[in-house]
Amino acid sequence: MGLAMAEVLERLGYTIDFPEAQTCCGQPAFNSGFRGEARLVARQFLKAFRDAEYIVCPSGSCTAMVRHHYAELFHKDPEALEAARQVSARVFEFSEFLVNKAGREDVGARYDGVVTYHDSCHSLRDLKLRDEPRKLLRAVQGLELREMDIAEECCGFGGTFSVKFADVSGAMVGTKIESIVRTGAGAVVSTDASCLMQIRGALSRAGLPIQALHLAEVLAAR
Amino acid sequence: MPAREHILHKIRTAVGRSSGQPPAEIPPVRLRFEALDISERVRRLAERFSGQVVHGDAREQVARLVSGKRAVACPHPLLERLGILTLPEVETLGGSVGQIRAACAAADIGITSAEYGLCDTGALVVLAGREESRLASLLPVVHVTVLPADRILTGLDELFTVLPDPGAVSASMVLIGGPSRTADIEQILTLGVHGPRELHLVLV
Amino acid sequence: MSVAFHERIQYALLDERLQKALYSATGRLRDKRLSGVGADQLPDYQELRTQAHRIKQHTLENLDHYLELLAQRVEERGGRVVWCRDAGEVQSFIGDLARDRGVRLAVKSKSMTSEEVNLNEALERYGVEAVETDLGEFIIQLAGERPYHIVAPAMHKTRQQVADLFEAKLGVGREEEIPRQTMIARAVLRKKFLEAGMGISGANFLIADSGAVVIVENEGNARLTTSSPRIHVAVAGIEKVIPRAADLAVFLQLLGRSATGQTLTSYTSFLSGPRRPGEMDGPEEFYVVLLDNGRTRILADRDKRQTLYCIRCGACLNICPVYRRIGGYSYPGTYSGPIGAILTPQVLGLGHEPELPFASSLCGACAEVCPVKIDIPKILLELRSEVKKTEARERRWNAEKLGYLLWAWVMRHPRLFELAGMAAQALLPSGGDGRWIRSLPGPLRAWTAARDFPPPPAESFRRMWRARQRSG
Repeated sequence: MGLAMAEVLERLGYTIDFPEAQTCCGQPAFNSGFRGEARLVARQFLKAFRDAEYIVCPSGSCTAMVRHHYAELFHKDPEALEAARQVSARVFEFSEFLVNKAGREDVGARYDGVVTYHDSCHSLRDLKLRDEPRKLLRAVQGLELREMDIAEECCGFGGTFSVKFADVSGAMVGTKIESIVRTGAGAVVSTDASCLMQIRGALSRAGLPIQALHLAEVLAAR
Repeated sequence: MPAREHILHKIRTAVGRSSGQPPAEIPPVRLRFEALDISERVRRLAERFSGQVVHGDAREQVARLVSGKRAVACPHPLLERLGILTLPEVETLGGSVGQIRAACAAADIGITSAEYGLCDTGALVVLAGREESRLASLLPVVHVTVLPADRILTGLDELFTVLPDPGAVSASMVLIGGPSRTADIEQILTLGVHGPRELHLVLV
Repeated sequence: MSVAFHERIQYALLDERLQKALYSATGRLRDKRLSGVGADQLPDYQELRTQAHRIKQHTLENLDHYLELLAQRVEERGGRVVWCRDAGEVQSFIGDLARDRGVRLAVKSKSMTSEEVNLNEALERYGVEAVETDLGEFIIQLAGERPYHIVAPAMHKTRQQVADLFEAKLGVGREEEIPRQTMIARAVLRKKFLEAGMGISGANFLIADSGAVVIVENEGNARLTTSSPRIHVAVAGIEKVIPRAADLAVFLQLLGRSATGQTLTSYTSFLSGPRRPGEMDGPEEFYVVLLDNGRTRILADRDKRQTLYCIRCGACLNICPVYRRIGGYSYPGTYSGPIGAILTPQVLGLGHEPELPFASSLCGACAEVCPVKIDIPKILLELRSEVKKTEARERRWNAEKLGYLLWAWVMRHPRLFELAGMAAQALLPSGGDGRWIRSLPGPLRAWTAARDFPPPPAESFRRMWRARQRSG
């Protein structure tokens, strides 16, 4: 998935750097209420990406974390807050970068088949990205995009929610895959790896032959 | 400390205000409505009203509705002027509260006037008063309202423009948007659960 | 505590009939809302939300002023305002009033606030029969249950269950047809309306500059409750006040549409005081009971104060994927759904149900539909942080806390991060054939109860990236 994203960006003429100092944006700890631990990890993120021109991220939830929550995390530390602001201005979710920053919808991809799109909650509601991934998918040669009736409903991952309230999470993803099946699509696409893990896990358990792909994987396909 | 002072004290501490301090600047009132001519108002109200709209001679139409039934009517000058109060089936409400309540409870039809109509939602605005009973539009199964066409407003925004303080004129203003309804059992809609099931509007 | 919470959730999830009813009922309301606030129906929707949010913000920031103004106006118009700090004070005021006026029967229209203070139970002790008149509330009162949903209290009941109840409790013949059931209720309650000495209502809004109580409904039971008996008592939280009657133009446009998709409900009552001299009918006595019960404490918290903006439309319940499966009874406290998840911990304390703020995937749908723009996910995150801080303070170190400490340490050292990844690859039970893992030990067992777990990649991203860079 990361390689697929890099491939697409390089195809469009960008030079990619992967700073090995990066680990995590800190969201898991933040969402679980452990702000101190989240802050420590977030500092590492700021350090790793300090000099980046653009930071492109294959995850709506991580992008939202940096853009919307780093200010809260560092509100007592003016220096870190400033660093966070600078980084926030330069971080983009993958589809957001392609459509809104690079101005591209057709990235020269080809994928033969029917796919349906799952809106990840963070991409949709935090980053307001509804059209961007769809525009990119529609521009893929050979691809037919069929909307499921509950594309915007949460898949049930929610980080540790999927473990702490596993049964509710399971019921939520159950409804989601029923909706996916109803579209007749051979694959479901999303911009968030966590959603994909949740959905893929449920599809696998149900023995369904439907693939769960990251948007980057579809866009990298030739 | 008495409860009032205690609560106010806790509020002031919570929001950092002192007793007698004037409030901060309030967001301005937002009232927006179109200018519509009367025929458009009538057309929209008739279209959106949740019941039968009756045209033609008011007395005749009401007579048709109340024929063979028991009806009560509010002692409103408009209803009097139209001759509705003299219809044989119609009892004009009056007397004690208990008598009014009993009469409304026993009637099949309640006839009232309305202060305004709201054409965007098809609603009626009824103000309780010396000539308008609350229970007449509530207890009987059928509610008939007589409304002058020139009292039709565009909607809530215009209503609160012409009547910024309903409490100044009446202890009870009711916006009637439709018949009494509920979907509390299995989400299945039923009409007339407590109030009227059927509404009629006589535009004059 | 948390065991009970999880048990109730399990109970709801395992009830297939309930799951279907709950999902479809909330789905229907959700769809109605969507068409009610659509661009063709309400082009100013977003602007109205902003305005509503600002009005609530202003009002609460100046709440003392508006409550005093309200009290002044109510009293000028012949009513009386009663200030109550807690449930007990509400109970004793209304109970004493009833006793003093010789009231044996009171009718009630829907009031979550009166539910909050257990009013009906208390009135029983004063020898007053308090009858719920909203059809859904009437049904659950007969069943001895709590409201299931802010707007649809008997959402979980089937017509068969209603038939059983009416047969057993009302002594009527068995009737399973819904319109006829409704007529039975109408007849029974009509008698109560006409006989009752007191009507107790809630209030959707309190209008400061008019001294008025505004009640929004569809059935007409609130109108009857407040028009027929001699005494009208309205019970409302202090946060229900809005400054001007004209502000209703904003709020009424949002309330009906957000709750049920209606442009306007069947009845909106604007009641300012008892019957005026000369008015044909209406109550002779009018009381507005203002309730604090922990609201001033919420008010004091700047970040979470917006919890009090809620106009009780129920839109957040109808859209919440968690509520739609666990239902109203899984939640502790009076209020359920996303608003309940932030209100209850602030009113009853975090310790009452510390897992409640975590029972959310933080999808954000609630914030999107809230007519007054309460940022519910933000408040949930704050509550979660407070729960963890309390645990740390009380030195309640558990596996999760230690887990995150270890995690943070690893995450700050990229080399360690990579090593950890390699260790996972080595340890995770995978046949190396890319097949998904069906069962995991320990806390992750919960994951694999419902889904498969992904196998570790054959090669880590870092490895692949380095190889790629090397090969140019």
